[in-house]
Amino acid sequence: MTAESAREFEALETQAATLLDNFRRAGYEQVAPSILQPADIFLDEVGEQIRSRTYVFTDLAGEELCLRPDLTVPVSRLYLERHPAADVEARYCYNGPAFRFQPGGGRGAHPREFRQAGIECFGAKDRDGADREVVLLAVEAVRSAGLKDFRLRFGDIALFYTLLDELDLPERWRLKLRHYFWRPPAFHALLSRLAKGERPNGDGDVIALAETLHGQDPERAEELVAAYLETKHLPLTGNRTLGEIAARLADHAADLRADPLPKEVATVIDYYLAVAAPPLAAADRIAMIAKAAGLDLGPALHAHVRRFERLAASGLDLGTATFATEFGRSLEYYSGLVFQIEAGAKGTGAQGEAGQVAGGGRYDGLLARLGARAPVPAIGSAIHTERLLAAVMGAS
Amino acid sequence: MGAPKLSIAVPSKGRLKDQAAELFARAGLPLRMVGHERGYRGALSGLDGVEIVFLSAAEIVHQLKGGRVHLGVTGEDLVRETLPDVNAAVAFLAPLGFGRADVVVAVPDCWIDVARMEELDDVAAQFARQHGRPLRVATKYMNLTRRFFAAAGVAGYRIVESVGATEGTPAAGTAELIVDITTTGTTLRANHLKVLQDGLILRSQAHLLASRAAAWSLEATKLRDIIVERLLTQTASRS
Repeated sequence: MTAESAREFEALETQAATLLDNFRRAGYEQVAPSILQPADIFLDEVGEQIRSRTYVFTDLAGEELCLRPDLTVPVSRLYLERHPAADVEARYCYNGPAFRFQPGGGRGAHPREFRQAGIECFGAKDRDGADREVVLLAVEAVRSAGLKDFRLRFGDIALFYTLLDELDLPERWRLKLRHYFWRPPAFHALLSRLAKGERPNGDGDVIALAETLHGQDPERAEELVAAYLETKHLPLTGNRTLGEIAARLADHAADLRADPLPKEVATVIDYYLAVAAPPLAAADRIAMIAKAAGLDLGPALHAHVRRFERLAASGLDLGTATFATEFGRSLEYYSGLVFQIEAGAKGTGAQGEAGQVAGGGRYDGLLARLGARAPVPAIGSAIHTERLLAAVMGAS
Repeated sequence: MGAPKLSIAVPSKGRLKDQAAELFARAGLPLRMVGHERGYRGALSGLDGVEIVFLSAAEIVHQLKGGRVHLGVTGEDLVRETLPDVNAAVAFLAPLGFGRADVVVAVPDCWIDVARMEELDDVAAQFARQHGRPLRVATKYMNLTRRFFAAAGVAGYRIVESVGATEGTPAAGTAELIVDITTTGTTLRANHLKVLQDGLILRSQAHLLASRAAAWSLEATKLRDIIVERLLTQTASRS
């Protein structure tokens, strides 16, 4: 539902005024970043899957531009423009259009032009405090816009990384599992491959070469690879270096020697990723899984419990909320807490994407990738205003 | 001869045009130019009521989608690349046995540590750590590439659009790998590229396609059936 009729337009404007009023009163300065954005930044950051849904074009000067597919990256860029050293705490709010290609032509619950209202909080060193602040403010905002019936869904990628750190794994596998977390099917394939002890690919000669690299220092390994390429008449073209090729071959060699991933370890990961329960019950379940595996998740789990106890103390009803360890696996820039506000009471049936009226999360790595010299604490939330309006109107 | 009842779009140049003309001639329906020698309209000798429109292979896909022609001869690679919802827009009536080309993922042959698609994601992660940017894939098949890479769980890459000499981009340093068509593999080898073991995206050839959006009168349907039958007899007898 884009604002096609004057009535819808007015309803959206009124709603936006309410949302922005909440944000501003909480100390968030209203900003309006550019709708046209350099395409590079989005494409490098969000990958080809969002690109396939981003309106990208080349202007008359040959510059590649896009219509912003969301507002988090534009607001982050605005922060860096104002504070190049990224050493200042800043809070911004916004309301404005974003654009995504929709295969069906962009009607109904999936408009190709939609309006996001949201908040971003940069540089707040008290991360737990900022996490709570943003969750509570997002909830307060949708409530003041008239949404009565909703539930919350949470996830936390950092907790999964802590689990991986505690598991007894070769570092190269840990890196792989972290990396594949964002692609659930590939993740499961990798896990079962490691557990089965399957051998890496490659023909006999390459495997023989990989064997000779075992235990060599990087320089010597590069020399061996260079010599191999020369005898096979394979010139080194493209931008990958000898060092990169040698490093992966050395990993192959290590994989060839390694015992398969113990079944118990694969099972712990599977059990962990199956947890979906109210936040405090989820913590109990994760603690049980960790204890059975002899792992110590103490400080991380303690922080998790404290976070939700404090949210509950601030008046948030967590009885209908879910903490799902799998949640948050679709947007790669999140680095910690993620959350979503879904319209409708529990058990009213899946409303799919249309029911997701707001979402948000912590993305401490994004600003460094946009040019900041070091990671900058950042968390934000965006409200899908058309969906929120539809949910409010539908309920009344 | 009255107004045409059925229109067929046929490639206007190159090998595809010659091979299409040959096939129609063998089927006893030779293509005939109408008007000027260099005109872009024609008819079928031996079957009244059919209009031939000569267009570029890529334009034929758009004309089929828009329903401005009933039938079209063009490459499956272009159809699958251009139409997001292929089966809603066209029907594949017959593979024609020419215009064969494989759409493949190819990497520099010095990447001896990479043999399969699943490894590309590792390479992408490593490349991002070392070079601070994603792997670049040069191709004119943006949609086929995206779908294939997504199905293989490969994410950390960027597409660089390339409309010519794609196979030269890794050596030139403007891309790390490519998705392109190959028939014999000679060009790839000459450019020191190798196809990944599971890097075959599509075995393409020319097809006779029907537009779902075109106005299908009774006469048009009858003419279509006659043409399909004649062409199928020809392609079947040769394969």
